[in-house]
Amino acid sequence: MKVALLSGGISLERSVSLQSGRRVADSLRQLGHEVARIDPGPGLVTDLTEAGPEVAFIALHGRDGEDGTVQALLELSGVPFTGPGVASCRLSSDKGLAKHVFGMEGVPTPAWFPVTEAAIRDYGAAAGLPAAIDRLGLPLVAKPASQGSALGLTVVTDPADLPAAVVTALSYGASALLEEWVDGRELAVSVIGGEPLPIVEAIPTERPTYDFEARYEIGATRFETPARLSEADRSQVEQVALAACDALGCLDLARVDMLLADDGPRVIEVDPVPGLTETSLLPQAAEAAGLSFDALVERILGLATGPDT
Amino acid sequence: MEPEQVPPAPRRPRTEARDLERYAALFAARTRQMRSSAMRNMMSIATRPEVISLAGGLPDTSTFPADLFEEIAAGIAADGLAGALQYGPTEGLDGLREAIPEVMAREGTGAEPEDVTVTTGGQQALDLVTRALVDPGDVLLCDAPTYPGALPTFAAYQADVIQVECDSEGMRTDLLEQTLTELEAGGKRPKFIYSVPTFQNPGGITLSLERRRQMVEIARRFEILVVEDNPYGLLRFEGDPLPSLYSIDGGGFVVYVGTFSKIVAAGLRLGWVVAPPPVRQKIVLGKQAADLCTSNLVQEFALRFLQSGRFDEYVDGLREVYRSRRDAMLGAIAEYFPHGADWSRPEGGLFVWATLPEVIDTGDLLAKALGENVAFVPGAEAFVDGRGTNSMRLNFSGVPEERIIEGVRRIGRLADRMLGLYETIANTAELPLPGGPVEKERRKAG
Ligand SMILES: Nc1ncnc2c1ncn2[C@@H]1O[C@H](COP(=O)(O)OP(=O)(O)O)[C@@H](O)[C@H]1O
Ligand SMILES: Cc1ncc(COP(=O)(O)O)c(C=O)c1O
Repeated sequence: MKVALLSGGISLERSVSLQSGRRVADSLRQLGHEVARIDPGPGLVTDLTEAGPEVAFIALHGRDGEDGTVQALLELSGVPFTGPGVASCRLSSDKGLAKHVFGMEGVPTPAWFPVTEAAIRDYGAAAGLPAAIDRLGLPLVAKPASQGSALGLTVVTDPADLPAAVVTALSYGASALLEEWVDGRELAVSVIGGEPLPIVEAIPTERPTYDFEARYEIGATRFETPARLSEADRSQVEQVALAACDALGCLDLARVDMLLADDGPRVIEVDPVPGLTETSLLPQAAEAAGLSFDALVERILGLATGPDT
Repeated sequence: MEPEQVPPAPRRPRTEARDLERYAALFAARTRQMRSSAMRNMMSIATRPEVISLAGGLPDTSTFPADLFEEIAAGIAADGLAGALQYGPTEGLDGLREAIPEVMAREGTGAEPEDVTVTTGGQQALDLVTRALVDPGDVLLCDAPTYPGALPTFAAYQADVIQVECDSEGMRTDLLEQTLTELEAGGKRPKFIYSVPTFQNPGGITLSLERRRQMVEIARRFEILVVEDNPYGLLRFEGDPLPSLYSIDGGGFVVYVGTFSKIVAAGLRLGWVVAPPPVRQKIVLGKQAADLCTSNLVQEFALRFLQSGRFDEYVDGLREVYRSRRDAMLGAIAEYFPHGADWSRPEGGLFVWATLPEVIDTGDLLAKALGENVAFVPGAEAFVDGRGTNSMRLNFSGVPEERIIEGVRRIGRLADRMLGLYETIANTAELPLPGGPVEKERRKAG
């Protein structure tokens, strides 16, 4: 099959995406596909037309690749693509929107308040911050609504640090959220074709949060796959993950990040275009399920091109 | 004609996720200190052509005379090819070792050819010096801020880096002395002081004459080495040249590192180190282990360039280009940076260091700037200890004037916006002071 592989792009996670792309390109060729690599930029539409692919494999991360922009372009060009559709990408890539949907669908997620630059500027929204602290408690988490890889995220323990934390979060996008800090185990459930893969637990070896460095540095985080969970916990976590994907319309492919607190799991993020680097969680989960990287790539491609086999 | 088909090589089996943990156990302990930072990953966008990058330390290579390049290459082909294609002595080719002191003499520094070791860039010189002198846990002192590229080298040898504050006259020698005294009292003897005394990367500042004398005197008194890294000395736009630490000291306690990167071409990967004979011997042993010798072809090229008689003219040309770019940058900063910003006014080199009001984190500012296609190096990269979060390094050598001005304008506007936002929040939020009732209550509950 003629596959256009989209990786790179202009997001802050460009280098991670290029890493994913290299691996996927290898696999696709190995599987006998013809690969045209495209680094999306101002020439994307022309590049796509020239390549004339039967399907597009999306290995983009961050802005544009996950928020539906590129998906919408592909839809317009009539090229089927991997992963969730435009609406689902849009909802998942904005943590605020996703949390609204979770609220309506009863998916557990930490308590939160939205903060936007416009609201602060035009409506004096900052006057509400003390109330937000009252309700969410301390510590609380300030983070951009749309960024990945924990860029722009601050755990605020001292109210005096909140203004700087909000400015930081808003440096990575026009909207941000303040979120209740959840003390829990860091779990990721990858869902593919409506089925959960084995649960991965990320155990940071050096840093308190699973941040950018820990995420892409071999050895900075220890992973346990499958996570050691009681039968009841495991089934609850899987159910919540599927409910989250169902709510957002991305049961075909997504990775659900959760914190498992004493009183149950909370969904903190659904990533509709999960990373495929050597340290990414989706490949680890797939492997634990006996699915090699090549097989995973083939499966993702298969979900995009036609009915399940 | 079709090239003969070479059969494809068998593919290596791919690394699977589970293998990674197995490799993790194999990595040397020193790699724990070699982190890739979030910033460096963000910077991968800065290489896109539409980005105005004030981040690099790239010299302008557009003025290198192509005719001269051809002439030198042809000359090597005609009468120096056999040697140029061969291995050479670890110390470097004799001809180049003799020519290097002549380059140093242009700044008034005298050196003996036999004390010179040719290296694969100044970067390798730093690596070899550190390798020769530092055991894990040894203390090193350096400028605060320091050359960001030196930090991974120091980390690779597990040095314990202490940064000594700089002001507009370079490293504060009073603090240097105080730090050394405290270390001595604690039974620690640092191995060396690393400094870029002239047109410092990243600060753009120059160590004053008085402080140069003091630094050398202090090093002698405490019997530790100074590693003087001087890539930029010849790129002076104005003011009088200052004597190098090496020439003040006379080569007893100072190790001098030079490079052709900024005065000929960075792509040559050619530098040198001048060290007292016992230190030099260790450096040469280290170089033998590292790469046997620096490329003869490259050394031959540099030597012929130096002998062509056009070297001085070329450096003069670079100075002209950089001076007007610096002027453009300083003018733009004065016009566009927010009230409360402060910046260096370098008399040479490639960089301006700017510091914004404390509430601005330049890592966050960089994220915003990349969104508007401008890049710079956030100040934190020049520190090991978390300082520099409201500073930035701006390069003026690699970008033409109009782009510099436009880049600075965008950065200034974004910084203004961040400041405005911070002030709005801080003024309207009336947040309880640290340790106020809200936090106390939570602590009890938690
Ligand atoms: N509400 C929270 N409580 C506790 N830790 C959190 C919370 N939100 C995020 N974190 C920590 O920060 C990391 C990154 O957060 P996340 O919202 O997933 O950001 P990103 O989209 O950048 O991955 C999480 O993996 C977790 O360790
Ligand atoms: C202070 C300093 N030292 C060393 C180097 C390394 O230079 P090279 O290895 O190109 O000679 C640089 C390059 O920017 C530098 O600024």
